[in-house]
Amino acid sequence: MKKVEAIIRPERLTETIKSLKMIGVTGFTVSQSVGRGKQKDTQGVYRGKNYQVTLHPKVKMEIVLSDYLVEATIKAIIKSAQTGENGDGKIYVYPILEAYNIRTGTIDFDIDDLVDNEG
Amino acid sequence: MELIYLNTVWVVIAAVMVLFMEGGFSLLEAGFVRTKNAVNVTMKIFVDLTIGALAFWLIGFGIMFGRDAFGFIGTNLFGSADKIALSIELPSMAFVLFQMGFAVACVSIISGAVAERMSFKAYIVTAALICILIYPLSGHWIWNSEGWLAKLGMKDFAGSATIHAVGGCAAFAMAKLLGSRKGRFNTDGSVNVFAPSNIPLASAGAFILWFGWFGFNAGSTLDASSSNLSSIALNTMLAGASGGTMALLLTMKKFGKADPSMTINGILSGLVAITAGCAFVSQGSAIIIGAISGVIVIYATLFIDNVKVDDPVGAVAVHGFNGVFGTIAVGLFDSSEGLFTTGEFSLFLVQLLGAVVVIGWGLIGGAFIAKVCEKTVGFRATEREEEEGLDMSYHGIPAYNELERFADLPTSLFNFEETTGVTIKSSATKEKERKVV
Repeated sequence: MKKVEAIIRPERLTETIKSLKMIGVTGFTVSQSVGRGKQKDTQGVYRGKNYQVTLHPKVKMEIVLSDYLVEATIKAIIKSAQTGENGDGKIYVYPILEAYNIRTGTIDFDIDDLVDNEG
Repeated sequence: MELIYLNTVWVVIAAVMVLFMEGGFSLLEAGFVRTKNAVNVTMKIFVDLTIGALAFWLIGFGIMFGRDAFGFIGTNLFGSADKIALSIELPSMAFVLFQMGFAVACVSIISGAVAERMSFKAYIVTAALICILIYPLSGHWIWNSEGWLAKLGMKDFAGSATIHAVGGCAAFAMAKLLGSRKGRFNTDGSVNVFAPSNIPLASAGAFILWFGWFGFNAGSTLDASSSNLSSIALNTMLAGASGGTMALLLTMKKFGKADPSMTINGILSGLVAITAGCAFVSQGSAIIIGAISGVIVIYATLFIDNVKVDDPVGAVAVHGFNGVFGTIAVGLFDSSEGLFTTGEFSLFLVQLLGAVVVIGWGLIGGAFIAKVCEKTVGFRATEREEEEGLDMSYHGIPAYNELERFADLPTSLFNFEETTGVTIKSSATKEKERKVV
């Protein structure tokens, strides 16, 4: 079991969710976030003063998956979130020790049950 | 003699109420668009009030109210609007201010339909062209006593046709030529809803518009002693209320939820539709006109989505469709010569002709502006600007700092080397050191 954490451009989120759906990954957590890497600062102006927005708005996706889905998920994210310019984001993969299903209150050995059970 | 003082006070107050409606447009649009474009729509309203108002004073007023040529266009009063000779007891300056509010309102109608994707420079061109030519020319036909539609006997009391239908149709043409916002329509033709940023803000805009509308309609008497004044105000209230009622109930029935944005647009539709007839119809007719417009707005909104035109705030459904309906409704419900009230056909036909003319002129005008923008400053925002949001792209500032982008962090945090003189190891040196260890 792994957690894939992807930090992507907000405007690529719809595309990314679509391509994740296509490989059967339908459960994830999304949060708004800010951060910086190599992307150039955004130039702002306020009352005649220039200022730099040094932290760029991004979207963070957290997806917990069975091992066999990790590679396909990463490929799907890269394919749909990539623009080729600085600021496309990062993907991190973590091991997951345990996962619980709150509704049933049991340990979720088979994380695949969280996946592709929509409708 | 005393009447002129009273009229001055009334018309100046009505004029500033009409100008205050710009605040309503601004909040309404800011609430209906996405957060990343809220500053842009607000700035566009400022363009209306600044560049648009001056353009109308300088040229538009002359084209609309100047000495008539062929019933088609005005030819004097350029840059000297106050030289107009009025046959009523009112200083000409009050009249000019009042008309300026109308011209500015016409542009603001368009600003909503082209929101979130139009180049800001193109909008400046648009505001100027609407106030110089598009609005005043058809306004001349209908409101100048020598205009050809006015001579046919067309009735448009406060501007359902002159302002709303022209603005709404021009908005339709421009929104169509501009194309939809990125991601609005799926390949199979279905619509993606872009959730509005702030419904209470949009509602505040609607309240201000409703308030201003009393100046818009009742002020058009230009005469504080008119016995008609209170019935106009009451008709305005009733039509707005019945438009909102229909939209509210119909959305509950049709979609299972009372839809706030449709209710707002239903109210505005009732107000738009009664604008032409508020001085000519009975209270019962005002309620019927409002109710019909509340139904029209819902189906018009769905229709515009179906023909794949992207109208972020519903300006075409509200002002275009109901401006046209309001114009025709005068021919149906007018208490002295309406088709339903007296059985006379002639006024109805004139109103119908007038409606067709303003639809045609609005569409041509909108397409003309789009072409001018394309040839000069560019019409549409670039894909990058649209994705980033027009607020940062054109104005350098977000509407709400809701992400707290930490813009108050000192820049020195990020250009550490320049400000402190300390050299940071590059990743290559770090790599080398690691190998040595």
